[in-house]
Amino acid sequence: MVESKNIFEIKNFSIWYGNFQAVKDINLSIKSNRITAIIGPSGCGKSTLLRALNRMNDLIISSRATGQMLFHDVDIYDKDTDVIELRRRVGMVFQKPNPFPSSVYENVAYGPKLRGIKKKSILDGIVEQALIKADLWKEVKDKLNDSGLSLSGGQMQRLCIARSLAQEPEVILFDEPTSALDPISTAHIENLLQELQKTVTIVIVTHNMQQAARISHYTAFMYIGELIEFGDTNTIFVNPVNKLTEEYITGRFG
Amino acid sequence: MYNIDTTKESFKKVHKKKRNIRQGFFLSLIRMLGFSGAITLFVILLFVFYNGFQVLSWEFITQPPLEAMTRGGIFPVIMGTILLTSLCMLIVIPIGVVTAIFLAEYSKPGYMLKSVMMSIYTLAGVPSVVFGLFGLGVFVVMLNFGMSLLAGSITLAIMILPYIISTSEEALKAVPYSFREASLACGATKWQTIRKVVLPTAMPGILTGAILGTAKVSGETAPIMFTAAAFFTSGIPRSLFEPVMALPYHIYVLATAGTHIEETRPIQYGTAIVLITLVLGMNLLGIIIRLKQRKKRAW
Repeated sequence: MVESKNIFEIKNFSIWYGNFQAVKDINLSIKSNRITAIIGPSGCGKSTLLRALNRMNDLIISSRATGQMLFHDVDIYDKDTDVIELRRRVGMVFQKPNPFPSSVYENVAYGPKLRGIKKKSILDGIVEQALIKADLWKEVKDKLNDSGLSLSGGQMQRLCIARSLAQEPEVILFDEPTSALDPISTAHIENLLQELQKTVTIVIVTHNMQQAARISHYTAFMYIGELIEFGDTNTIFVNPVNKLTEEYITGRFG
Repeated sequence: MYNIDTTKESFKKVHKKKRNIRQGFFLSLIRMLGFSGAITLFVILLFVFYNGFQVLSWEFITQPPLEAMTRGGIFPVIMGTILLTSLCMLIVIPIGVVTAIFLAEYSKPGYMLKSVMMSIYTLAGVPSVVFGLFGLGVFVVMLNFGMSLLAGSITLAIMILPYIISTSEEALKAVPYSFREASLACGATKWQTIRKVVLPTAMPGILTGAILGTAKVSGETAPIMFTAAAFFTSGIPRSLFEPVMALPYHIYVLATAGTHIEETRPIQYGTAIVLITLVLGMNLLGIIIRLKQRKKRAW
Protein backbone atom coordinates (compact mmCIF):
# COMPACT_ATOMS: atom_id res chain seq x y z
CA MET A 1 0.00 0.00 0.00
CA VAL A 2 1.25 3.46 -0.88
CA GLU A 3 1.78 5.80 2.04
CA SER A 4 -1.19 8.02 2.63
CA LYS A 5 -1.49 11.24 4.55
CA ASN A 6 -3.73 11.88 7.52
CA ILE A 7 -6.94 13.64 6.57
CA PHE A 8 -8.26 13.70 10.14
CA GLU A 9 -6.15 14.03 13.27
CA ILE A 10 -8.05 13.53 16.49
CA LYS A 11 -6.20 14.70 19.58
CA ASN A 12 -7.32 14.26 23.18
CA PHE A 13 -10.86 14.49 21.93
CA SER A 14 -13.89 14.05 24.17
CA ILE A 15 -17.61 14.48 23.73
CA TRP A 16 -19.99 15.17 26.57
CA TYR A 17 -23.77 14.92 26.70
CA GLY A 18 -24.49 17.05 29.73
CA ASN A 19 -22.43 15.40 32.45
CA PHE A 20 -22.05 12.13 30.60
CA GLN A 21 -18.78 11.61 28.77
CA ALA A 22 -19.66 9.57 25.67
CA VAL A 23 -16.26 9.74 24.02
CA LYS A 24 -13.19 9.78 26.27
CA ASP A 25 -9.94 11.46 25.37
CA ILE A 26 -9.38 9.87 22.00
CA ASN A 27 -6.26 10.08 19.88
CA LEU A 28 -6.60 8.77 16.36
CA SER A 29 -5.59 9.58 12.78
CA ILE A 30 -7.64 8.79 9.74
CA LYS A 31 -5.73 8.22 6.52
CA SER A 32 -6.98 9.69 3.32
CA ASN A 33 -8.27 7.35 0.61
CA ARG A 34 -8.50 4.44 2.98
CA ILE A 35 -11.35 2.70 4.74
CA THR A 36 -11.25 3.05 8.49
CA ALA A 37 -13.68 0.95 10.50
CA ILE A 38 -14.80 1.75 14.02
CA ILE A 39 -16.07 -1.28 15.91
CA GLY A 40 -17.23 -1.93 19.43
CA PRO A 41 -20.26 -3.03 21.42
CA SER A 42 -23.49 -0.96 21.50
CA GLY A 43 -23.18 2.26 23.41
CA CYS A 44 -19.38 2.39 23.16
CA GLY A 45 -19.46 5.84 21.56
CA LYS A 46 -18.47 4.80 18.06
CA SER A 47 -21.42 6.53 16.38
CA THR A 48 -20.86 9.59 18.53
CA LEU A 49 -17.25 9.74 17.41
CA LEU A 50 -18.28 9.28 13.77
CA ARG A 51 -20.84 12.08 14.02
CA ALA A 52 -18.20 14.32 15.54
CA LEU A 53 -16.26 14.18 12.27
CA ASN A 54 -18.80 16.38 10.47
CA ARG A 55 -20.26 17.96 13.57
CA MET A 56 -23.63 16.26 13.31
CA ASN A 57 -23.49 16.08 17.10
CA ASP A 58 -24.13 19.82 17.15
CA LEU A 59 -27.78 18.97 16.64
CA ILE A 60 -27.97 17.55 20.14
CA ILE A 61 -28.38 20.61 22.31
CA SER A 62 -26.59 19.34 25.41
CA SER A 63 -23.52 18.04 23.58
CA ARG A 64 -20.10 19.66 23.71
CA ALA A 65 -16.66 18.68 22.57
CA THR A 66 -13.20 19.18 24.07
CA GLY A 67 -9.81 18.54 22.59
CA GLN A 68 -8.86 18.86 18.96
CA MET A 69 -10.37 17.48 15.80
CA LEU A 70 -8.16 18.46 12.90
CA PHE A 71 -9.40 18.15 9.33
CA HIS A 72 -6.57 19.05 6.95
CA ASP A 73 -4.81 20.51 10.00
CA VAL A 74 -7.68 22.86 10.78
CA ASP A 75 -9.62 22.37 14.01
CA ILE A 76 -13.23 21.90 12.93
CA TYR A 77 -14.47 22.73 16.41
CA ASP A 78 -12.95 26.18 16.10
CA LYS A 79 -15.39 29.06 16.47
CA ASP A 80 -15.04 30.26 12.88
CA THR A 81 -15.38 26.89 11.18
CA ASP A 82 -17.97 26.93 8.44
CA VAL A 83 -20.01 23.89 9.50
CA ILE A 84 -22.03 23.92 6.29
CA GLU A 85 -18.89 23.73 4.14
CA LEU A 86 -17.49 21.06 6.47
CA ARG A 87 -20.57 18.92 5.95
CA ARG A 88 -20.33 19.36 2.20
CA ARG A 89 -16.76 18.06 2.28
CA VAL A 90 -17.53 15.36 4.84
CA GLY A 91 -20.75 13.62 3.79
CA MET A 92 -22.71 11.04 5.69
CA VAL A 93 -24.76 7.91 5.00
CA PHE A 94 -27.02 6.68 7.75
CA GLN A 95 -28.10 3.38 9.23
CA LYS A 96 -31.61 3.46 7.88
CA PRO A 97 -31.78 4.46 4.20
CA ASN A 98 -33.31 7.94 4.27
CA PRO A 99 -33.98 9.27 0.77
CA PHE A 100 -36.17 12.37 0.65
CA PRO A 101 -39.78 11.80 -0.40
CA SER A 102 -39.02 13.19 -3.85
CA SER A 103 -37.82 11.75 -7.14
CA VAL A 104 -34.56 9.83 -7.60
CA TYR A 105 -33.25 12.76 -9.63
CA GLU A 106 -34.21 15.38 -7.04
CA ASN A 107 -32.58 13.33 -4.30
CA VAL A 108 -29.22 13.30 -6.05
CA ALA A 109 -29.50 16.89 -7.29
CA TYR A 110 -30.26 18.14 -3.77
CA GLY A 111 -26.68 18.91 -2.73
CA PRO A 112 -25.59 20.57 -6.01
CA LYS A 113 -28.77 22.67 -6.06
CA LEU A 114 -28.03 23.89 -2.55
CA ARG A 115 -24.77 25.20 -3.89
CA GLY A 116 -26.61 27.20 -6.50
CA ILE A 117 -26.12 24.98 -9.55
CA LYS A 118 -29.26 25.64 -11.58
CA LYS A 119 -28.41 24.69 -15.13
CA LYS A 120 -30.24 21.54 -16.12
CA SER A 121 -27.44 20.21 -18.33
CA ILE A 122 -24.86 20.51 -15.54
CA LEU A 123 -27.19 18.97 -12.97
CA ASP A 124 -28.01 16.11 -15.35
CA GLY A 125 -24.31 15.34 -15.65
CA ILE A 126 -23.71 15.43 -11.89
CA VAL A 127 -26.72 13.22 -11.21
CA GLU A 128 -25.68 10.67 -13.81
CA GLN A 129 -22.07 10.57 -12.61
CA ALA A 130 -23.09 10.19 -8.95
CA LEU A 131 -25.53 7.40 -9.79
CA ILE A 132 -22.91 5.61 -11.89
CA LYS A 133 -20.37 5.87 -9.06
CA ALA A 134 -22.94 4.51 -6.63
CA ASP A 135 -23.59 1.62 -9.03
CA LEU A 136 -27.26 2.50 -9.29
CA TRP A 137 -27.45 4.13 -12.72
CA LYS A 138 -28.30 0.98 -14.66
CA GLU A 139 -31.20 0.22 -12.35
CA VAL A 140 -32.76 3.68 -12.22
CA LYS A 141 -31.82 5.44 -15.46
CA ASP A 142 -35.33 4.90 -16.82
CA LYS A 143 -37.11 5.95 -13.66
CA LEU A 144 -35.30 9.05 -12.52
CA ASN A 145 -38.65 10.70 -11.90
CA ASP A 146 -39.98 7.91 -9.70
CA SER A 147 -40.06 8.50 -5.97
CA GLY A 148 -36.84 7.61 -4.18
CA LEU A 149 -39.01 5.81 -1.65
CA SER A 150 -40.25 3.38 -4.30
CA LEU A 151 -36.83 1.70 -4.55
CA SER A 152 -35.77 -1.42 -2.64
CA GLY A 153 -33.85 -1.08 0.63
CA GLY A 154 -30.46 -1.72 -0.96
CA GLN A 155 -31.23 0.63 -3.85
CA MET A 156 -32.35 3.34 -1.42
CA GLN A 157 -29.10 3.06 0.46
CA ARG A 158 -27.12 3.35 -2.79
CA LEU A 159 -29.31 6.35 -3.67
CA CYS A 160 -28.24 7.91 -0.37
CA ILE A 161 -24.62 7.18 -1.29
CA ALA A 162 -25.19 8.83 -4.69
CA ARG A 163 -26.78 11.83 -2.97
CA SER A 164 -23.69 12.15 -0.83
CA LEU A 165 -21.33 11.68 -3.78
CA ALA A 166 -23.09 14.43 -5.73
CA GLN A 167 -21.73 17.01 -3.30
CA GLU A 168 -18.20 15.89 -4.21
CA PRO A 169 -17.09 15.13 -0.67
CA GLU A 170 -13.57 14.22 0.37
CA VAL A 171 -14.81 11.95 3.13
CA ILE A 172 -18.00 9.94 3.53
CA LEU A 173 -19.01 8.74 6.97
CA PHE A 174 -21.04 5.54 7.07
CA ASP A 175 -23.05 4.86 10.21
CA GLU A 176 -23.82 1.12 10.09
CA PRO A 177 -24.92 1.45 6.47
CA THR A 178 -25.86 -2.19 5.95
CA SER A 179 -27.45 -3.13 9.26
CA ALA A 180 -30.94 -2.69 7.79
CA LEU A 181 -30.16 -4.60 4.59
CA ASP A 182 -30.22 -8.20 3.39
CA PRO A 183 -26.94 -10.09 2.75
CA ILE A 184 -27.00 -9.57 -1.03
CA SER A 185 -27.54 -5.82 -0.77
CA THR A 186 -24.89 -5.76 1.94
CA ALA A 187 -22.34 -7.46 -0.31
CA HIS A 188 -23.25 -5.04 -3.08
CA ILE A 189 -22.57 -2.05 -0.84
CA GLU A 190 -19.35 -3.53 0.52
CA ASN A 191 -18.04 -3.92 -3.03
CA LEU A 192 -19.13 -0.40 -3.76
CA LEU A 193 -17.23 0.96 -0.75
CA GLN A 194 -14.04 -0.70 -1.94
CA GLU A 195 -14.52 0.92 -5.32
CA LEU A 196 -15.24 4.34 -3.81
CA GLN A 197 -12.24 4.20 -1.52
CA LYS A 198 -10.04 4.99 -4.54
CA THR A 199 -11.42 8.53 -4.67
CA VAL A 200 -13.00 9.17 -1.27
CA THR A 201 -11.88 8.59 2.29
CA ILE A 202 -14.30 6.30 4.09
CA VAL A 203 -14.97 5.97 7.80
CA ILE A 204 -17.45 3.28 8.68
CA VAL A 205 -19.06 2.34 11.97
CA THR A 206 -20.16 -1.25 11.97
CA HIS A 207 -21.55 -3.86 14.29
CA ASN A 208 -20.49 -6.55 11.92
CA MET A 209 -16.88 -7.58 12.63
CA GLN A 210 -16.63 -9.67 9.48
CA GLN A 211 -17.56 -6.58 7.55
CA ALA A 212 -14.81 -4.57 9.21
CA ALA A 213 -12.33 -7.38 8.54
CA ARG A 214 -13.43 -7.72 4.91
CA ILE A 215 -13.38 -4.14 3.75
CA SER A 216 -11.32 -1.90 6.01
CA HIS A 217 -7.64 -1.04 6.00
CA TYR A 218 -7.62 0.26 9.54
CA THR A 219 -9.76 -0.68 12.49
CA ALA A 220 -10.42 1.17 15.71
CA PHE A 221 -11.90 -0.76 18.61
CA MET A 222 -13.83 1.28 21.15
CA TYR A 223 -15.19 0.27 24.52
CA ILE A 224 -17.23 2.45 26.91
CA GLY A 225 -16.15 5.65 25.22
CA GLU A 226 -12.47 4.81 25.07
CA LEU A 227 -10.32 3.86 22.14
CA ILE A 228 -8.88 0.51 23.20
CA GLU A 229 -6.88 -0.33 20.13
CA PHE A 230 -6.24 1.09 16.72
CA GLY A 231 -4.17 -0.23 13.87
CA ASP A 232 -3.99 -2.18 10.68
CA THR A 233 -7.11 -4.26 10.26
CA ASN A 234 -4.96 -7.34 9.76
CA THR A 235 -3.07 -6.79 12.96
CA ILE A 236 -6.20 -6.06 14.97
CA PHE A 237 -7.97 -9.18 13.79
CA VAL A 238 -5.00 -11.56 13.76
CA ASN A 239 -2.76 -10.27 16.51
CA PRO A 240 -4.65 -7.93 18.80
CA VAL A 241 -2.47 -6.46 21.52
CA ASN A 242 -5.20 -5.75 24.00
CA LYS A 243 -7.05 -8.53 25.76
CA LEU A 244 -10.41 -6.72 25.47
CA THR A 245 -10.00 -6.44 21.71
CA GLU A 246 -9.24 -10.10 21.43
CA GLU A 247 -12.27 -11.03 23.52
CA TYR A 248 -14.53 -8.80 21.45
CA ILE A 249 -13.41 -9.96 18.03
CA THR A 250 -13.54 -13.59 19.03
CA GLY A 251 -17.12 -13.01 20.13
CA ARG A 252 -16.74 -13.53 23.85
CA PHE A 253 -18.78 -10.41 24.53
CA GLY A 254 -20.54 -7.80 22.52
CA MET B 1 -52.37 -23.65 46.01
CA TYR B 2 -54.66 -23.48 43.07
CA ASN B 3 -56.62 -26.53 42.17
CA ILE B 4 -55.79 -26.85 38.55
CA ASP B 5 -58.46 -28.89 36.91
CA THR B 6 -56.79 -31.03 34.34
CA THR B 7 -59.72 -33.28 33.63
CA LYS B 8 -61.66 -33.02 30.42
CA GLU B 9 -64.54 -31.59 32.47
CA SER B 10 -62.87 -28.20 32.54
CA PHE B 11 -63.37 -27.80 28.82
CA LYS B 12 -67.11 -28.23 29.12
CA LYS B 13 -69.13 -25.34 27.92
CA VAL B 14 -70.52 -24.16 31.26
CA HIS B 15 -67.89 -21.45 31.78
CA LYS B 16 -67.73 -20.58 28.16
CA LYS B 17 -71.42 -19.90 27.91
CA LYS B 18 -71.41 -17.54 30.88
CA ARG B 19 -68.46 -15.71 29.43
CA ASN B 20 -70.03 -15.44 26.05
CA ILE B 21 -73.16 -13.81 27.44
CA ARG B 22 -71.13 -11.17 29.26
CA GLN B 23 -68.92 -10.65 26.22
CA GLY B 24 -71.93 -10.30 23.99
CA PHE B 25 -73.65 -7.83 26.28
CA PHE B 26 -70.70 -5.46 26.54
CA LEU B 27 -69.87 -5.80 22.90
CA SER B 28 -73.33 -4.73 21.81
CA LEU B 29 -73.30 -1.89 24.36
CA ILE B 30 -70.02 -0.61 22.97
CA ARG B 31 -71.30 -0.97 19.45
CA MET B 32 -74.42 1.04 20.25
CA LEU B 33 -72.46 3.82 21.90
CA GLY B 34 -69.97 3.77 19.08
CA PHE B 35 -72.68 4.35 16.56
CA SER B 36 -74.38 7.11 18.57
CA GLY B 37 -72.24 9.75 16.89
CA ALA B 38 -73.16 8.56 13.42
CA ILE B 39 -76.82 8.26 14.38
CA THR B 40 -76.93 11.80 15.77
CA LEU B 41 -75.40 13.18 12.59
CA PHE B 42 -77.86 11.22 10.52
CA VAL B 43 -80.86 12.46 12.53
CA ILE B 44 -79.69 16.09 12.26
CA LEU B 45 -79.16 15.83 8.52
CA LEU B 46 -82.51 14.15 8.05
CA PHE B 47 -84.28 16.77 10.15
CA VAL B 48 -82.69 19.71 8.36
CA PHE B 49 -83.21 18.25 4.90
CA TYR B 50 -86.81 17.33 5.64
CA ASN B 51 -87.58 20.88 6.68
CA GLY B 52 -85.59 22.70 4.04
CA PHE B 53 -85.39 20.69 0.84
CA GLN B 54 -88.49 22.38 -0.62
CA VAL B 55 -86.70 25.69 -1.08
CA LEU B 56 -83.63 24.19 -2.72
CA SER B 57 -83.31 25.22 -6.31
CA TRP B 58 -80.81 26.79 -8.65
CA GLU B 59 -82.39 30.19 -7.97
CA PHE B 60 -81.98 29.67 -4.23
CA ILE B 61 -78.20 29.68 -4.50
CA THR B 62 -77.87 32.21 -7.33
CA GLN B 63 -80.43 34.92 -6.49
CA PRO B 64 -80.51 37.59 -3.80
CA PRO B 65 -83.29 37.51 -1.19
CA LEU B 66 -86.57 39.20 -2.11
CA GLU B 67 -89.56 40.66 -0.26
CA ALA B 68 -88.07 40.92 3.21
CA MET B 69 -86.32 37.55 2.86
CA THR B 70 -89.53 35.63 2.42
CA ARG B 71 -88.68 34.79 -1.18
CA GLY B 72 -85.69 34.65 -3.49
CA GLY B 73 -82.30 33.11 -2.80
CA ILE B 74 -79.30 33.51 -0.59
CA PHE B 75 -76.55 34.21 -3.12
CA PRO B 76 -75.00 37.20 -1.28
CA VAL B 77 -75.13 35.19 1.93
CA ILE B 78 -73.11 32.34 0.41
CA MET B 79 -70.66 34.79 -1.14
CA GLY B 80 -70.31 36.60 2.19
CA THR B 81 -69.33 33.40 3.96
CA ILE B 82 -66.91 32.44 1.19
CA LEU B 83 -65.31 35.90 1.29
CA LEU B 84 -65.08 35.94 5.09
CA THR B 85 -63.50 32.50 5.33
CA SER B 86 -61.11 32.99 2.39
CA LEU B 87 -59.84 36.29 3.72
CA CYS B 88 -59.58 34.79 7.20
CA MET B 89 -57.47 31.89 5.88
CA LEU B 90 -55.31 34.27 3.86
CA ILE B 91 -54.51 36.08 7.10
CA VAL B 92 -54.19 33.11 9.44
CA ILE B 93 -52.28 30.52 7.39
CA PRO B 94 -49.02 32.48 7.03
CA ILE B 95 -49.05 33.52 10.68
CA GLY B 96 -50.02 30.05 11.89
CA VAL B 97 -47.47 28.20 9.77
CA VAL B 98 -44.64 30.57 10.70
CA THR B 99 -45.51 30.19 14.39
CA ALA B 100 -45.59 26.41 13.98
CA ILE B 101 -42.18 26.48 12.29
CA PHE B 102 -40.83 28.50 15.19
CA LEU B 103 -42.32 26.10 17.75
CA ALA B 104 -41.41 22.87 15.99
CA GLU B 105 -37.99 23.76 14.59
CA TYR B 106 -36.41 26.70 16.36
CA SER B 107 -37.69 27.02 19.91
CA LYS B 108 -35.63 25.49 22.66
CA PRO B 109 -37.32 23.86 25.63
CA GLY B 110 -37.65 26.33 28.47
CA TYR B 111 -39.65 29.12 29.97
CA MET B 112 -40.24 30.92 26.66
CA LEU B 113 -41.62 27.89 24.86
CA LYS B 114 -43.80 26.96 27.81
CA SER B 115 -45.41 30.37 28.00
CA VAL B 116 -46.02 30.51 24.24
CA MET B 117 -47.61 27.04 24.34
CA MET B 118 -49.72 28.00 27.37
CA SER B 119 -50.97 31.10 25.56
CA ILE B 120 -51.94 29.07 22.51
CA TYR B 121 -53.82 26.50 24.60
CA THR B 122 -55.60 29.25 26.50
CA LEU B 123 -56.48 31.09 23.31
CA ALA B 124 -57.99 27.85 22.00
CA GLY B 125 -60.20 27.67 25.08
CA VAL B 126 -61.61 31.19 24.88
CA PRO B 127 -65.35 31.17 23.99
CA SER B 128 -66.02 32.43 20.48
CA VAL B 129 -68.33 35.22 21.65
CA VAL B 130 -65.39 36.74 23.52
CA PHE B 131 -63.50 36.94 20.24
CA GLY B 132 -66.55 38.69 18.83
CA LEU B 133 -66.50 41.29 21.59
CA PHE B 134 -62.75 41.72 21.23
CA GLY B 135 -63.15 42.23 17.48
CA LEU B 136 -65.89 44.78 18.09
CA GLY B 137 -63.78 46.71 20.56
CA VAL B 138 -60.52 46.64 18.67
CA PHE B 139 -61.18 46.39 14.94
CA VAL B 140 -64.66 47.84 14.56
CA VAL B 141 -64.39 50.70 17.05
CA MET B 142 -60.79 51.41 17.96
CA LEU B 143 -59.25 50.89 14.51
CA ASN B 144 -62.44 52.22 12.96
CA PHE B 145 -62.88 49.44 10.37
CA GLY B 146 -66.61 49.50 11.10
CA MET B 147 -68.77 46.42 10.80
CA SER B 148 -66.88 45.03 7.86
CA LEU B 149 -65.53 42.10 5.94
CA LEU B 150 -62.04 43.03 7.16
CA ALA B 151 -62.93 43.25 10.86
CA GLY B 152 -64.82 39.95 10.68
CA SER B 153 -62.04 38.12 8.87
CA ILE B 154 -59.38 39.25 11.32
CA THR B 155 -61.58 38.28 14.26
CA LEU B 156 -62.17 34.83 12.76
CA ALA B 157 -58.45 34.53 12.03
CA ILE B 158 -57.57 35.19 15.65
CA MET B 159 -60.13 32.64 16.77
CA ILE B 160 -58.84 29.87 14.49
CA LEU B 161 -55.15 30.72 14.96
CA PRO B 162 -54.47 28.18 17.75
CA TYR B 163 -56.03 25.43 15.68
CA ILE B 164 -53.93 26.24 12.61
CA ILE B 165 -50.79 26.47 14.74
CA SER B 166 -51.32 23.12 16.40
CA THR B 167 -52.26 21.23 13.22
CA SER B 168 -49.29 22.73 11.36
CA GLU B 169 -46.97 21.97 14.25
CA GLU B 170 -48.13 18.36 14.31
CA ALA B 171 -47.59 18.08 10.57
CA LEU B 172 -44.05 19.45 10.94
CA LYS B 173 -43.26 17.16 13.85
CA ALA B 174 -44.49 14.16 11.86
CA VAL B 175 -41.66 14.71 9.36
CA PRO B 176 -39.05 12.09 10.28
CA TYR B 177 -35.91 13.36 11.94
CA SER B 178 -33.88 11.30 9.46
CA PHE B 179 -34.94 13.65 6.63
CA ARG B 180 -33.55 16.61 8.51
CA GLU B 181 -30.34 14.72 9.26
CA ALA B 182 -29.94 13.72 5.62
CA SER B 183 -30.41 17.29 4.48
CA LEU B 184 -27.97 18.75 7.00
CA ALA B 185 -25.41 16.09 6.10
CA CYS B 186 -25.69 17.31 2.49
CA GLY B 187 -24.46 20.67 3.69
CA ALA B 188 -27.83 22.38 3.89
CA THR B 189 -28.45 25.14 6.40
CA LYS B 190 -31.27 24.75 8.87
CA TRP B 191 -33.47 27.13 6.91
CA GLN B 192 -32.73 25.35 3.61
CA THR B 193 -33.64 22.08 5.30
CA ILE B 194 -36.94 23.48 6.52
CA ARG B 195 -37.82 25.13 3.22
CA LYS B 196 -36.78 22.34 0.85
CA VAL B 197 -37.40 19.17 2.83
CA VAL B 198 -39.49 19.68 5.95
CA LEU B 199 -42.16 22.07 4.64
CA PRO B 200 -42.89 20.20 1.39
CA THR B 201 -43.14 16.93 3.32
CA ALA B 202 -45.46 18.47 5.90
CA MET B 203 -47.54 20.35 3.32
CA PRO B 204 -50.41 17.85 2.95
CA GLY B 205 -50.79 17.79 6.72
CA ILE B 206 -50.75 21.57 6.95
CA LEU B 207 -53.28 21.79 4.12
CA THR B 208 -55.61 19.31 5.79
CA GLY B 209 -55.52 21.38 8.95
CA ALA B 210 -56.21 24.56 6.99
CA ILE B 211 -59.21 23.02 5.21
CA LEU B 212 -60.72 21.66 8.41
CA GLY B 213 -60.07 25.07 9.96
CA THR B 214 -61.90 26.74 7.08
CA ALA B 215 -64.84 24.41 7.63
CA LYS B 216 -64.87 25.33 11.30
CA VAL B 217 -64.66 29.06 10.63
CA SER B 218 -67.42 29.07 8.02
CA GLY B 219 -69.96 27.96 10.62
CA GLU B 220 -69.05 30.43 13.35
CA THR B 221 -71.71 32.97 14.31
CA ALA B 222 -70.59 34.71 17.46
CA PRO B 223 -67.28 36.20 16.22
CA ILE B 224 -68.94 37.82 13.20
CA MET B 225 -72.21 39.00 14.66
CA PHE B 226 -70.63 42.14 16.16
CA THR B 227 -67.87 42.58 13.63
CA ALA B 228 -68.99 41.84 10.09
CA ALA B 229 -72.43 40.39 9.61
CA ALA B 230 -75.34 42.41 8.32
CA PHE B 231 -78.98 41.45 8.25
CA PHE B 232 -79.24 42.61 4.68
CA THR B 233 -76.88 43.99 2.07
CA SER B 234 -77.91 44.76 -1.45
CA GLY B 235 -75.22 42.55 -3.01
CA ILE B 236 -71.72 41.30 -2.48
CA PRO B 237 -69.42 43.83 -0.80
CA ARG B 238 -67.35 46.04 -3.07
CA SER B 239 -64.65 46.76 -0.51
CA LEU B 240 -63.08 45.29 2.62
CA PHE B 241 -64.83 47.92 4.71
CA GLU B 242 -68.38 46.92 3.88
CA PRO B 243 -70.45 44.57 6.01
CA VAL B 244 -71.41 41.19 4.58
CA MET B 245 -74.16 38.66 5.00
CA ALA B 246 -73.06 35.22 6.18
CA LEU B 247 -74.72 31.83 6.35
CA PRO B 248 -74.68 31.15 10.10
CA TYR B 249 -75.73 34.69 10.97
CA HIS B 250 -78.46 34.60 8.32
CA ILE B 251 -79.96 31.50 9.93
CA TYR B 252 -79.75 33.11 13.35
CA VAL B 253 -81.40 36.34 12.25
CA LEU B 254 -84.18 34.73 10.25
CA ALA B 255 -84.96 32.38 13.12
CA THR B 256 -84.97 34.96 15.91
CA ALA B 257 -85.17 38.53 14.80
CA GLY B 258 -86.94 38.75 11.47
CA THR B 259 -90.45 39.96 11.00
CA HIS B 260 -91.52 36.80 9.24
CA ILE B 261 -90.05 34.11 11.44
CA GLU B 262 -92.66 31.49 10.64
CA GLU B 263 -92.85 32.15 6.89
CA THR B 264 -89.11 31.94 6.49
CA ARG B 265 -88.72 28.57 8.27
CA PRO B 266 -88.03 26.66 5.05
CA ILE B 267 -85.50 29.29 4.00
CA GLN B 268 -83.80 28.98 7.38
CA TYR B 269 -83.48 25.25 6.93
CA GLY B 270 -82.48 25.66 3.29
CA THR B 271 -79.69 27.99 4.37
CA ALA B 272 -78.65 25.42 6.96
CA ILE B 273 -78.49 22.77 4.24
CA VAL B 274 -76.18 24.97 2.19
CA LEU B 275 -73.97 25.62 5.22
CA ILE B 276 -73.83 21.94 6.18
CA THR B 277 -73.03 20.94 2.60
CA LEU B 278 -70.23 23.50 2.49
CA VAL B 279 -68.75 22.27 5.79
CA LEU B 280 -69.12 18.56 4.99
CA GLY B 281 -67.66 19.12 1.53
CA MET B 282 -64.60 20.77 3.00
CA ASN B 283 -64.23 18.05 5.61
CA LEU B 284 -64.44 15.47 2.85
CA LEU B 285 -61.72 17.28 0.92
CA GLY B 286 -59.55 17.26 4.04
CA ILE B 287 -60.12 13.53 4.52
CA ILE B 288 -59.30 12.80 0.87
CA ILE B 289 -56.02 14.71 1.07
CA ARG B 290 -55.13 12.89 4.28
CA LEU B 291 -55.89 9.47 2.79
CA LYS B 292 -53.92 10.22 -0.35
CA GLN B 293 -50.98 11.32 1.71
CA ARG B 294 -51.15 8.22 3.90
CA LYS B 295 -51.11 6.00 0.85
CA LYS B 296 -48.10 7.78 -0.58
CA ARG B 297 -46.19 7.79 2.66
CA ALA B 298 -43.59 5.09 2.89
CA TRP B 299 -41.31 6.18 5.69
